Amino acid sequence: MSLYSVLATAAVALSSLAVATAPRSVLAFLAFQGALLFVYLARIPTWLRVGLLGVALLLLMPLIGAFNGYYLEVATQVGIFAALALGLNIVVGLAGLLDLGYVAFFAVGAYSWAIFGSPHANVIFGGGFPLAGVWFYAFLFVGLFVAAITGILLGLPVLRLHGDYLAIVTLGFGEVIRVLANNLDKPINLTNGPKGITPISRPPAPLGLPYGEYFYFLVLLIVVVVVLVNRRLEDSHIGRAWEAIREDELAARAMGVPLVRMKLLAFACGASFAGIMGVLFSAKQVFINPESFTFLESIGVLAMVILGGMGSIPGAVLGATVVTVLNLQVLKGLSLWLNELKNAGVTVLGYSLADLPTQFEPAKYERMIFGVILVLMMIFRPQGILPARRRQRELAHLER
Amino acid sequence: MAALFDARGVTKRFGGLTALQAVDFALESGIASIIGPNGAGKTTLFNIFTGLYPADEGSVTFRGRALFGLRPDQITALGICRTFQNIRLFANMTVIENVLVGMNSRIALGLWDVLSHGPRFARTEADLSTRAVALLDRVGLQANANDVARNLPYGDQRRLELARALASEPALLLLDEPTAGMTRTEAGALMRLLRELVVDLGLAIILIEHNMRVVMEVSDRVTVLDHGEKIAEGPPREVQSDARVIEAYLGTRGSAPQRARRA
Repeated sequence: MSLYSVLATAAVALSSLAVATAPRSVLAFLAFQGALLFVYLARIPTWLRVGLLGVALLLLMPLIGAFNGYYLEVATQVGIFAALALGLNIVVGLAGLLDLGYVAFFAVGAYSWAIFGSPHANVIFGGGFPLAGVWFYAFLFVGLFVAAITGILLGLPVLRLHGDYLAIVTLGFGEVIRVLANNLDKPINLTNGPKGITPISRPPAPLGLPYGEYFYFLVLLIVVVVVLVNRRLEDSHIGRAWEAIREDELAARAMGVPLVRMKLLAFACGASFAGIMGVLFSAKQVFINPESFTFLESIGVLAMVILGGMGSIPGAVLGATVVTVLNLQVLKGLSLWLNELKNAGVTVLGYSLADLPTQFEPAKYERMIFGVILVLMMIFRPQGILPARRRQRELAHLER
Repeated sequence: MAALFDARGVTKRFGGLTALQAVDFALESGIASIIGPNGAGKTTLFNIFTGLYPADEGSVTFRGRALFGLRPDQITALGICRTFQNIRLFANMTVIENVLVGMNSRIALGLWDVLSHGPRFARTEADLSTRAVALLDRVGLQANANDVARNLPYGDQRRLELARALASEPALLLLDEPTAGMTRTEAGALMRLLRELVVDLGLAIILIEHNMRVVMEVSDRVTVLDHGEKIAEGPPREVQSDARVIEAYLGTRGSAPQRARRA
């Protein structure tokens, strides 16, 4: 066994032990995540990499969840955003179509189950709802198709637009969907407006799993499928056509790429991933309202794609992890820590932190620090953390 | 039987400017060159032939089929492909990927084939690879298959554009200044390659070219455009000595023959 193999195994084992012994420590959980990243990047045999990641994600993570349920929630959120980032990565990273309203497709998926999976549908159809929990599985596909069709409907009018213009129109589209969700409580009450829809049915969890674990595994399964689909698309004539459109639309057309079909396919594929996750999100949350689908969410997912590396599958997953963990844990942890210092009346350079005016409340720095991190990343590593690598095609007859 | 390629009365206006005025152009086989001063409408003609611009008047048929109203990708699928004057490769993709994109209109796989990764997919991809390597071999880029296109030297980029266009299995190839920026030796090699293509694959080629030496050497026929109008057409020698051509394209009468040879 090579040094790296030993190190990788040790990193996973030690960090999970650390989480087990100090389940409240954010640092321990970050170490666990770091260990997984190390396993992914280190030069170790593929069987070991897959094995370690499999054990960590299928066994250790749920165990950690038993010690601290919040970590499982974080992991589930990471998974949801990873699928969103992977979907947006097709549209923005591969096909080069800047979409600023991506979260709209997530909303479409979420509302499709929320309406039929809650008593709210009785308001529209009279009675017979909510649908039984098992319908949830069917609605994963309903959400997928409805979102894909919405993607095509958005795609049709914007086919002729490029760059900035496309971005503005998609931004508007995202807002339209949110405003519709906000206002379609009359004349027919479809979305229940700003009050949102609740309670949304959940499927019966198999094997008596707690819902935290159940949704974690389901998200993990969907992310694996999404990654697989993404890879297959990318390594096919479809992916090459998308990239050709991104590189030079006019040349792509002249080389026989059917522009309309390929752009619509990109919108539909990207949207479908968001749709399926939307269905899952609504069941997991039990309650949804338009607040979950704001412009800021679209920008957040875009930040994940860009931060991770445009057009890169591992980049999108890592970007989703980094942004989610930053927002849910690191920045929150930081402001909590600063608050503790402030409450303890610690003095820095003769100035007591307790005297800080409320405008300088540490919680208010969170967004600022996040912004600074994004700016620094774009200055020093504009290609993203794990940029897309050109695939080297295996050419047997070319060995030199 | 109709000619392989037949354009009649092609007219194109950009606002008040008439870029092309009732241009006729037909080709059965071999290499035909289009020459003319800058702004004569040569590239505009290509853009109309390949469906990138709509024409205002006229008609274009290819193998008896009317092309106007078809999309560029449909025209490519019928068997017309082109290169660009200002190289338009897919710069961040590899050399072989550029060629593979060119094959797009010959791939019969659907979304399901791609997602299921069945034997049909594997077979097709392997076949595409083999053909792409063969094409790279033909233009002399087989050793660069996995290089990123952006990093190729200028002359190689031009040859890659040619390979990418050939990947769509065209019957008619439109080349827009393929030797621009090439050394004399490179240009000579490229012309030999074009001749080979005509002989081996039965390709018909329309060439826009400024390099008169190349034009005179390789063309079966030369068409001269000036201010959007066809002013001469015929075998190279004849066109070269045409008084209107000399005046419009090659400059003053007196020094024309020498200049033509030097250019």
